[in-house]
Amino acid sequence: MRDRIQKDQEFQLPVSRSFIAASLLVALMLDWMPWQGVWLVFRPDFVALVLLYWCTHKPYHVGISIAWTVGILADVADASLFGQHALAYSVLAFSGIVLHRRVLMFNLRQQTLQIFPLLLLAYAIYAAVHWQLRGNISWEYFIGSVVTALLWAPLTILLQALRRPRAASDQL
Amino acid sequence: MEQNQPLRFFNRGPSPAVRLVFFALLSLLLLFVDVRYRYLESIRSGLSVLVYPLQRLVTAPSKLWHEVDGFFSSHNSLIRDNAELRHQHTLDVAQLLQLEVLKAENQHLRNLLMVQQRADYPMQLAEIMYVERDIFNRKILLDKGTQANVLAGQIVMDDSGIVGQVTRVYPWMSEVTLITDKDHAVPVQVLRNGLRAVVFGSGDTGELALRYMPISSDIQNGDVLVTSGIDGTYPPGLPVAKVIRVERDPAYPFARILCAPIAGVDKRRQLLILSVLLKLPERPEAVVEATTDKPKNGRRGNR
Repeated sequence: MRDRIQKDQEFQLPVSRSFIAASLLVALMLDWMPWQGVWLVFRPDFVALVLLYWCTHKPYHVGISIAWTVGILADVADASLFGQHALAYSVLAFSGIVLHRRVLMFNLRQQTLQIFPLLLLAYAIYAAVHWQLRGNISWEYFIGSVVTALLWAPLTILLQALRRPRAASDQL
Repeated sequence: MEQNQPLRFFNRGPSPAVRLVFFALLSLLLLFVDVRYRYLESIRSGLSVLVYPLQRLVTAPSKLWHEVDGFFSSHNSLIRDNAELRHQHTLDVAQLLQLEVLKAENQHLRNLLMVQQRADYPMQLAEIMYVERDIFNRKILLDKGTQANVLAGQIVMDDSGIVGQVTRVYPWMSEVTLITDKDHAVPVQVLRNGLRAVVFGSGDTGELALRYMPISSDIQNGDVLVTSGIDGTYPPGLPVAKVIRVERDPAYPFARILCAPIAGVDKRRQLLILSVLLKLPERPEAVVEATTDKPKNGRRGNR
């Protein structure tokens, strides 16, 4: 499986904008699911993960503007402050775009270690904004970044797999 | 105008830093406005209108899950409650059965009490300890013995009639031979016409036999036999049995008469022991009388 994923070069996996939009929408909806209690602490940030995926794999399709827009939508849904998620996602997308060549050099396990600091940065920005404006900070929030980083490999495999049949049909 | 600048760079690529600065500034401005002023509430509500259906869609599965969960949990609790109630019900039924038994026992004891008040003989109440499991012997063991002044030969009865006779006494219990025992005989009298007879046990629980009665004897179905008291052991007038069948076969000298004991010989748990030991001292006198009778008889014979 990893070999096939590794074999998949970016140019062999064309992607449609609708697929990107659908993946982001699904990620948003996953984030909006009613997480409660313990699960809320462990809730991974699917939007950040999908954004990072697209920013590293298709840096010219998904950029900071899309990240910001999605962040605004997340803010509305989360009833967080306007721009809180947007700021975090913008920084995340920026870092992903800047580091996309470096990240793609590694295999999936190493990629997880590479993207973890990026996610941590986004989480830290969100938490910092919250801390600055609301005055409190909850450290459990950062557990989510670990869970999100661990989901990087499964998500990559899933999205690559979803993209591949499209490429195959195009080839045929 | 400034906003178009990054879009122009979008396809070329390498100006993410500029865009980052732009969007970061935009975000911070929005944050500032959102925190300081309330201008953005309308935008937020407008966007939330867009977002709301999606959110509803997302929460629908969990809602459904909760409903299904609630349904099944209530289902489970119903099943559990049902099982508990069923269990309780069986317990209650068992207790109710005990209550019925106690009721019957109470009624029986009341009857015994009335008998005790009715009868002139001193009595004492005894309870059956166990029944001998010997098909040849119809015997029961009562929980009163010599400690309670029970003597062999005393009569045992229940609220309706004679049950048997104490034949053996132990310190704390006594053995009663029932009137249905094969070797047991009770001198009786037909209540209707005073005809004297002796009723024997048949070894069967519900049957007594009236033996040695001539075919011509005046006995009918339904006749009640009471003790005659002739033997000096059984006090007179206590009901013993009722005739249930009379066979008069001319081939035999005696009629075949079957009786059923009136007392619940095999039914009761509490029985009364008649302390006829007051009469027992009379018995030697009776013997004396018998001895005195002999000369009388002899006198008669002389006559």
